[in-house]
Formats: sequence, C-alpha cells, structure tokens
Amino acid sequence: MIAVEIVAKIVIVLALPPLLLGVIARTKARVAGRVGPPLLQPYYDIAKLVRKHSVVSSTTTWMFLAGPAVGLAAALIGALLIPIGDGRALWSFDGDFIALAYVLGLARFFTMAAALDTGSAFEGMGAAREATFACLAEPAFILGVMALARATGSLSLSAFLGSASIAHIWATAGASIVLVAAGLLVVLLAENCRIPVDDPTTHLELTMIHEVMVLDHGGPMFGAVLYGAAIKLFIFAALLVRILIPIHDPAWLAWAAFVLGVLAVAVVVGLIESAMARLRMPHVPALLMSACLLCALAVVLLVR
Amino acid sequence: MTACAIAIGVLFGSGALALLAGRNGRAASAISAVGAVAAAAIALPSAIASLGGAPSDDLVVNWAAPLGDVRFGIDSLSAFFIVPLMVLGAICAIYGAFYLDDQRERRWLAAPACFYNLLVGSMLAVLVARDAVVFVMAWEAMTLTSYVLVTFDHAEADVRRAGWVYLVASHLGVACILSTFVLLGHVGGYDFADLGSPHGAGIAAVAGVLGLVGFGVKAGIVPLHVWLPEAHAAAPSHVSALMSAVMIKLGIYGVLRTIAFVGPVLPWGALLVGIGIVGALVGIGLAFYQRDFKRALAYSSVENIGVVLIGLGIGLWGVENAHPIVAALGLCGGLFHIWNHAVMKGLMFLGAGSLLHGAGTRDLGQMGGLMKRMPRTSALLVLGTVAIAALPPLNGFTSEWLMYLGLARVGTEANAGGGMWVIFAVAALATVGVIAALCFVRLVGLGLLGQPRSPAAEHAHESGRGLLFPMLALALAAIGLPFLLPVLAGALEPVIRTLTGRSFDLGAVGEALVPITILSGVIWAGAIAAFLVVRRLSRRRRAAATWGCGYTVPSARMQYTGASFAEGLNRLLPKVMRERIVVQPSTELFPAPGQLSADREDPFTRAAYEPFVDRAARRAGQLRWMQAGQLHLYVLFIVAAIVVAVAVVSIRDWWVLP
Repeated sequence: MIAVEIVAKIVIVLALPPLLLGVIARTKARVAGRVGPPLLQPYYDIAKLVRKHSVVSSTTTWMFLAGPAVGLAAALIGALLIPIGDGRALWSFDGDFIALAYVLGLARFFTMAAALDTGSAFEGMGAAREATFACLAEPAFILGVMALARATGSLSLSAFLGSASIAHIWATAGASIVLVAAGLLVVLLAENCRIPVDDPTTHLELTMIHEVMVLDHGGPMFGAVLYGAAIKLFIFAALLVRILIPIHDPAWLAWAAFVLGVLAVAVVVGLIESAMARLRMPHVPALLMSACLLCALAVVLLVR
Repeated sequence: MTACAIAIGVLFGSGALALLAGRNGRAASAISAVGAVAAAAIALPSAIASLGGAPSDDLVVNWAAPLGDVRFGIDSLSAFFIVPLMVLGAICAIYGAFYLDDQRERRWLAAPACFYNLLVGSMLAVLVARDAVVFVMAWEAMTLTSYVLVTFDHAEADVRRAGWVYLVASHLGVACILSTFVLLGHVGGYDFADLGSPHGAGIAAVAGVLGLVGFGVKAGIVPLHVWLPEAHAAAPSHVSALMSAVMIKLGIYGVLRTIAFVGPVLPWGALLVGIGIVGALVGIGLAFYQRDFKRALAYSSVENIGVVLIGLGIGLWGVENAHPIVAALGLCGGLFHIWNHAVMKGLMFLGAGSLLHGAGTRDLGQMGGLMKRMPRTSALLVLGTVAIAALPPLNGFTSEWLMYLGLARVGTEANAGGGMWVIFAVAALATVGVIAALCFVRLVGLGLLGQPRSPAAEHAHESGRGLLFPMLALALAAIGLPFLLPVLAGALEPVIRTLTGRSFDLGAVGEALVPITILSGVIWAGAIAAFLVVRRLSRRRRAAATWGCGYTVPSARMQYTGASFAEGLNRLLPKVMRERIVVQPSTELFPAPGQLSADREDPFTRAAYEPFVDRAARRAGQLRWMQAGQLHLYVLFIVAAIVVAVAVVSIRDWWVLP
C-alpha cells in the first residue's frame, strides 16, 4: 500500500507539472475568446525540444549547461519535500520548509549564473531583476510558512499540512491562514514569473525577467528549463492547495481534491493573467512588500 | 599545552630565521611556510585532544614583577579556535610563499615571511593565554604584526590609509578590552581564574559591554566594522584569508570569554541575536554592490560574523531560559559556523588572490571571461561562492541550518509575545541568505563569466599549483564538512561545557544534521546526474555568438556591469547605506566633459566617524599652542605637573590626617 502511494506521488510529481502550464495557456485563450493550444502542448514542446539540436554561444562555459541542469535537479528535489495528495511528502523532516527554500535558492543561483555566462546585456538585466525580486519574495515565503508552523506548533511541512492540524487551525485562526494564502499566492506569481510580476509571453526582451534569463538556451537545455519551471510552479501550487483544502481523510477524496485543486490554481493564475497587465518594474517591489506584510500580519495575529 | 608552547616557539623561531635569510626571498618564504606547517603539525594533535576535553596542564612562569605570574593553558574553547588557526595558518603560509614569489626581485620578502609567522604565533598565544596581562600583550602583538602585513603594498596611498584606520580602530578596541579586565580583576588577580565581578553586578555589566565593544572591533560587529573592508582589501590575499578566516574570529573568542567572566548580568542571548541580525543585514547590504572583489568578501565577513552571533545568541537564550535543545542547536550552529566560515572565506580570499595574480585586478569592472582563461581557479571559486552563499550541498548551509532550527523551535513553542520577534528573526536570516546568494552570483557572473572587460582579463593566465593546491584543500573541506558535522556534533560538548558551565546532550544536533547530510548527498547526485544527462542530450550543438536581439556586433562593453546588476537592489536599501554616486553633468551650452564618480567609502565612516573625527581633530587643534617645540616650555609643563601632584597629595594628607 505504501509502495503504491509512493509510486503514485512520484508519478504525480513527474507527470503533472507541465499540465499546469497547459491549463494556464488554455484558460487565457478561453478568456480571450480563442480556442487555445491543446492542454498537453507543454509535453509536446518538451518532447520536441529534447530532440532538437542546439546553438550555444561561444562566450559560454560549463556554467551555461549547469544552469538548466541544476535548476531541474533542484526543482525535483524540492518536489520531494512538499506534501502531495493526502498531505504527506515523499520525504519530510523537521525544518524541511527551510531546506525547500534553500534548494530553490540553489536553482536560482545557477540559473542566474548561466544567464550571466552569455555576456548578454538582456540576460544580465533579467538576472538583476530576478535578484531584486527574490530578495523580497523570500522573506514573504518564510514568514508565511513560519506562521503556519507557529499555528500548528510543528516544524515540518507534512506535519502542518498533512495531518488534521491545519484543518483544526482553520477553525481557530482562519484569518491568519487566509492572509498566508494570499501572501503565498503573490509569492507563487513572483517566483514563477507570471503576470503581474513578469510576462512570460511578451515579445520584448526588455520587459521580461525569467524568459530573458534563458534567452540563449535552446534545445534540450531549454527543455530542462521549461520542465524545471513547471515543477517549481507545481511546488507552490501544491503548498497553496494543501493550505486551502486541508482534506486528508478519506484518501481518495484527498487525492481528488489535491489534483483538482492544483489545476484550479493554474486556472486562477490564468484568470489573473487575463485580467491584469504586468506591473511596471518599479512597482513590483511594492506588490512583494505587501505579500511580506500580509504574512507578517498573519504572524502577528497568531502570536498576539 | 607543552605542544602549543613549542608551536609558538617554532613560529617565532622560524619568523626570526626568515629574517636571517636576508635578501633571498625564496628562502625566507620557504622557512616561513615550513615553520607554519611544522607548528600546525605540533599543535594540532594537542588541540584536538583538548577539544575532546583532555585536562590542561597549565604552564606557569613565576615572574616577579607587578604583572604577576605568566600563565598559559588550553581548554576546549581555546582548542576549538586553535584548530582553524593552525590549519588555515599552514595553508595560507604555503599559498603565501608562492603568491609573493613573483615580487622577490622588487621587494624584501623576509619581512612579510617573518611577520606572518609572528602573527600566527601571537594569535596562538592569545588563545592559550590564561591571564589578562599576557592576553593583552599577545593581542597587541597580533594587531601590530597584522598591521605590518596589511601595509605590505605601502607604496599605494589607499593601503597606507587602510593600515592607519586599522591601527586606530584596533587600539580604540584595546582600550576597551583593557578597561574590561581592569573592572573584572582585582589587584594582583588577573589570572583568568580570578576574573569575575568583584565590584558587583553593575560594574560587571559595564565590563561586559566594554568587552563586547572592544572585541567587537576586532570581530567586525556593525558599526565597529569600518576598518575591516579597508584592511582586508589592502592586505596581500593570503593575509586577508588568514585575517578573515581566523583573526576576526578571535574577536568572537574574546566576546565568549567576556561573557563567561561576567556571567548572566545582561540578557546576552537576545543582545547577541539583535546585534547579529543588524550586522548580518548591514554587512550583506553593503557587500552586494561593491566593485572591489576583496571588499565584497570583507563585507561578507561582517555578515558572517553577524550570523555567528545570531547562532551563539540563540544558544545563550536557550541556556538562560532552560531550553536545552535550543541551546544545543544555537551554540553548535554558531560554533560550526566559525569553522565553516574559516574554510569558505579562506577559499574565497585565496581565490581572489589567484585572480589578482592571473588577471592583475580586483575590480569587477575589469574582470569577466576568466572562467575560460583560469578554469581551475574559477571552478574552485564557484564552489566557494555556493558554500559562502549558504546554499546546500556545501558546508555554509549546515551551520545556518542549525540556527534556523533553533529559531524555528523558539518561534513555534514560545508562549509569550517574544515568539513574534523570533519569527521575524527567521525571516531576517532568510533575507540575509538570499541577498548573500545574489551577492555571490554577482561576483561569479560578472567576474568570471561573460566576456573579458579589459585587456588584463583578456590575457589572464591560470595560476600555478602552489596557489591551486591550498585552495583545493579548502574546497575539499567545504565539500566534506556537511558529511562530517553530524559525527563531529557530539565533540562540541566539552566546548559548550566550558562556555556555559553546564552539560548539554548534543544528540539532538546530530539528529538534526542527518537530513541535511542526506540532502547534500542527494543534491550532489541529482545535480551531477542532471548535468550529464542534459549534456548528453544536447551533444549536437554548434557554437555561435550570443543572441544580440538582432544587433550583430555586440561588444564586451555592452554587458551588464557590477553597478547595473546591483542597481535594483541598491534602490531598496535605506538611503544612507546606498552607494553614493556623484554626477556632475556638463553645464556648458555645448557638450563638454561631465563627471560621474562612485564613492566607495563605508557609509558608517562617511556619516558618523569622519564628521566625529574631524570635529575632534579641530578641537584638538586648539591645544596646539602647547606644542611649541621649545624645550623650556616642556620642562615648565613637567615642573608644573609635579608641583600640582605634590600639592594635591600634601593637601589631601593635611586634610585627612588630623
């Protein structure tokens, strides 16, 4: 039974993430009145990219290859640590949320280094923006998760999102949890470079963050980037779903709620992208600061 | 202890011997390196034994002077600092011998060789001193010898200024340290065993604060850190490495001793956490926009000293509040960070030296493209940056991990409102971590990657084995420590007992480190596997120029620069901390040259110290009439002083006696 559960979780972690990108694209298309690409388009894209030749800048070194590789590996390792399905992670230990933040930090480090490796002004600009916004998203994430830890009195993601504790906390400290969820939604948008922080579909290198960082990556390397980005989105969506829909019993309901919830997060992201424009770059810090403040307020409400 | 005494003798002896080598620079460097390695080989076994709690055999010299006995000894706390001192001392000595070799035609290398060994020897003496007088003498010797090394390149005005700032700051610190010992001792009782609070808790608290300030100058606690970036940037790289890796840690050693002497007269735990957070945030906030590679590393040392203090503060908080697990996590985190930082900052400074050697510059704006030209140095530096950015799988993360766990435990369990501040402290530590990662990706990305930004970088050459092997040794330590620390955690028990006077079960620390050890292994395996897979998949590739968005002749000057990379983050800093850029646009009707200059002065120097010193100097200038340069006048002053002194004494006697 446990083996089945582990296999199911591994399959979900490996297979589901690209679907989220497809759902976002489809949602945006539908809102705009278009048919949109097939839901499975990201899978086709990745499969095609893996088979392609690539052109690599002659300025680059092994760091250019390490960017996508470490990014993908770190995203997969991060996915081991998050609660999936009925709320237990594949691997959990005290303080695993901090390890998660740092593993994603490692991915960011190498992605940025790979961007700077090309010596392109655009990619340097993307890396610089990523740097600036990461500094504001990180405290929001940590404050939000620490608020949950405080509310449940436990130190691992599986302990506070997996058991009955989070459901129990909904009854006593619902306001804090709503604040944390709102804060983490902003962090999700920022960390995954979605509107209103970044526009993944823009045509101007000047206006992008993440896409411009990987401008020179092509072929299998870009496939790894795309897959890694999808897994990162999945990680944040999974956290958000487990906070908002804390069902863990019966198992089938928990699993159904989880999968549907993750897809629903993708729909929400698609709706947000359809409803608003990208913020001007100087205004993004204010948005991220507000996420920090929401999470800080949640902490204050809990501790008061 | 005898072994340490012999090691001090070997260091001083080899230092003197290096002078005898005269103008043969190579021989002098070799003698110095052999002396440092031999001293390490002698002292390390004894230090490791003491670390395990072996009792010390004190060495007492009966000195019939007002100073009292001269006492040396070693306990586990000293031993904990002796280990990195001797290891780094030996590694940097070998590196230094090769590093300075190309200057042997121009410079007299016996002096740096001699003073290097004297510096290591006096640091060892600081650590084994067991009475205040010897301690202060050794401390002073450490300052003076390192001053001589810092000003090695004294032909440059910047270096002379850095040395001067260092000397002044250090002596203001020594003044505080002396006052601490005077307040804590009593007449004839300056042995460490006798130091306590003979004058009551109030005086002890004052002594504690003075000790914190005095030792804080050496450690680089904000706002007392201003000498640190200057001196570390100016010194030859192996000396910067030794200073940053070990010497500033002796400031922490002094703080810990002071706390042990004065006892719990102040809420040390909360105090150190607060100071640590301020230091870490300010340090990294100033580090990320530096142009000078070594200055950025120096500010990162300020940050790391803050992180160490956060860890120790959490631990002391746990001790004060009878929370043994938090005490164990915090103290072990803080102590391990001292070792970890010694390894990774040593590696980074040695790497910066290698860059300076190969490309001839420390200026990020003149670097670029070095990964292709100096692949080995660059790979080692990338490893060092990942370690010092506290990212897994390397050693920097392990010690911060323990602090996070300690803080998170307090934050989730504390019942009082204090829990809120603890949670904010976690967020502050995370912010420091993410800014550190960005600071170091900037150094790697703009210094080593991209296209060369200057002819010097274009023609850079890889350094020789003599520079690479010491770096490799430290890099291997950075890789290996995450796997060793769970085993070593138990070994800290005697250190913590010396520090707090209580015994703690460190099993929880070992357990807490096990997942991180596994995580490190998983990340290594995953990253290497992913790298090989992606490289295999993209084996069909051809080279072309970087995509220039249609622009076909991109040049190296179009790359993002250090200033432009840091600009966004710079804007988020408080105004006083930002880099000050003075723009003087042309005011002519027709285009004429304008000016733009960036001020690299430390903001604390600029905003606080410089105005203060200027004012003090003006006041002091008003007394200049006393310095007329005439002997008669000076004799008059002396006579007047004696008359006044005699008058005071006789009037007092006349008043009191009847």
